[in-house]
Amino acid sequence: MSIIEVNNISKSFRIVKKESGLKNSIKSFFKREYKTIEAVKNISFSIDEGEIVGYIGPNGAGKSTTIKILSGILTPNDGKCSINGYTPWLDRKNYVKQIGVVFGQRSQLWWDIPAIDTFSLLKDIYSIGDEDYERVLNELTDKLNLSDILTTPVRQLSLGQRMRLEIAASLLHEPKILFLDEPTIGLDAVSKQLVRDFIKNINKEKKVTIILTTHDMSDIEALAKRIILIGKGSVLYDGSLLKLKNKYASKVNITVTTKDKIRFKKKGLLETTRIKDGYQFVIDSKELNISSFLNYLTQKISIEDVTIENENTDELIVKLYEEYNI
Amino acid sequence: MKVYLSYFKLKFITGLQYRTAAIAGISTQIFFGLVNVLVYIAFYKSGDSNVSMSLSQTITYLWLNQAFLILIFQFYRDTELYELIKSGNLSYELARPQNLYWMWYFKILATRASQAVLRFLPALIFAFLIPIPYKMSLPVSISSFILFVVALFLGTILITAISTLYPIIVIKTLNEKGVVNIFSAFGDILGGLAVPIPFFPKFIAAFSKYLPFQYVSDLPFRIYIGNIGIKDAFNGIFIQLFWIATLILIGYIVLQKLLKNVSVQGG
Repeated sequence: MSIIEVNNISKSFRIVKKESGLKNSIKSFFKREYKTIEAVKNISFSIDEGEIVGYIGPNGAGKSTTIKILSGILTPNDGKCSINGYTPWLDRKNYVKQIGVVFGQRSQLWWDIPAIDTFSLLKDIYSIGDEDYERVLNELTDKLNLSDILTTPVRQLSLGQRMRLEIAASLLHEPKILFLDEPTIGLDAVSKQLVRDFIKNINKEKKVTIILTTHDMSDIEALAKRIILIGKGSVLYDGSLLKLKNKYASKVNITVTTKDKIRFKKKGLLETTRIKDGYQFVIDSKELNISSFLNYLTQKISIEDVTIENENTDELIVKLYEEYNI
Repeated sequence: MKVYLSYFKLKFITGLQYRTAAIAGISTQIFFGLVNVLVYIAFYKSGDSNVSMSLSQTITYLWLNQAFLILIFQFYRDTELYELIKSGNLSYELARPQNLYWMWYFKILATRASQAVLRFLPALIFAFLIPIPYKMSLPVSISSFILFVVALFLGTILITAISTLYPIIVIKTLNEKGVVNIFSAFGDILGGLAVPIPFFPKFIAAFSKYLPFQYVSDLPFRIYIGNIGIKDAFNGIFIQLFWIATLILIGYIVLQKLLKNVSVQGG
């Protein structure tokens, strides 16, 4: 059953058009020209309970705008949306009790005081009972490794520590739906891993539905089976990551170090390049199996070293953006 | 309601972290209090002042001004609210199950009140302990003292309603400097913070009666010193209630309107 239904949502902003230079600035001081920017156009999708969906797209594609509409912050110009039975922008106060939001580039913690004080404020804001609060806080402290940092003033914490606290703050009221807007931005490898494991864990144990936007494709690979690709305000692809990979990432680079010379043609072998001490082959793994290709090679020549490179997801996304011209 | 108390608690905790600021604030207020008192003593000595306030009443008024300054002045510069509008942290405010107007109202009230709690007593104690003629006097009667407390409480509610308008205007202007400066230029002067209202030229005093500013602190302080009698005090309190209702209503409605078309800064 789908918990999030989005139907033809559109949102446009009116911004002042300004050209550079003194003359134009004076002109625009007296007569403002506006232009309308369509941040999102006719976006539709539906998400089932317990899913993790990666919401990706280049900068300015409309990701954050969508998240803000879904979390009740912005009112769209057009379209329908039903999340857990609510229309976010119509019944904002009741609706937001059901959701948790993390904006990776913003902070909800009070800067000058320890996070635990902000937490107890959130306890009152969401009217969480004493027992529930105690239980959830212990759980989060345990899983996100917070015990040392809860009582330090937030301004003295590192980015990674702060992000863990931000995520905890968004989950105190045990939301059914979690919106994560770039939760791993600027984190080191260890913190990233911790955050990812935690997201996976709450999704599995508590069946929290998660929408995640990120530019870090390894986040998506680690977490989301399904991705929604958005560009210039429209949905371009909605489906599994695996399918996308099979479609685009079938090229494999194989570099072989050898003293022998070889020249041959084979179905599935796309390119052969002679390099300094060997060859570089590009094969299409859908047509030509990697191991059978290597088998074939070892029969013909003596190989000193071999490296196999799959196209990674980042390159895949670049290609995807190129193909859709965004 | 509980959540609004929590705001107060947090603001108070935050305020306590800045011990140096509190000590500096108290000393500044005592210093300015003394300078003001000396200026007015010289003023009264210099000639026949036909003002309705006696010297000792004026001195008490001046000390009250200084002791409660942080509670009553217009110049509200807690950057937190402005920053969150300018930087886009408004997102988090809107993701809370609360009405934004009341959330801001109580944040501002909490900031003002929590800072005042830390500061007003030391200044008052100092003002009572110094010798005549510099010292502050007791209220004229018990009933005027009670009315003073009521009027100061309502004055605090009123100044908060005025300063809640600042962030609402900042949603449109995206900069708080102009808003705060205009309000404090008008408000602090017409509110009696620079010079007590009875010292004003007649036409300004007449004009200022129709604005909310003098009902913030000038009214309670003049009730305390007995310059405003019991009957007029009740009239003043009635006008306070009128302004509180009007300004809260205006702020509330304008904010709801603005939020329909809000755009969040910085992506």
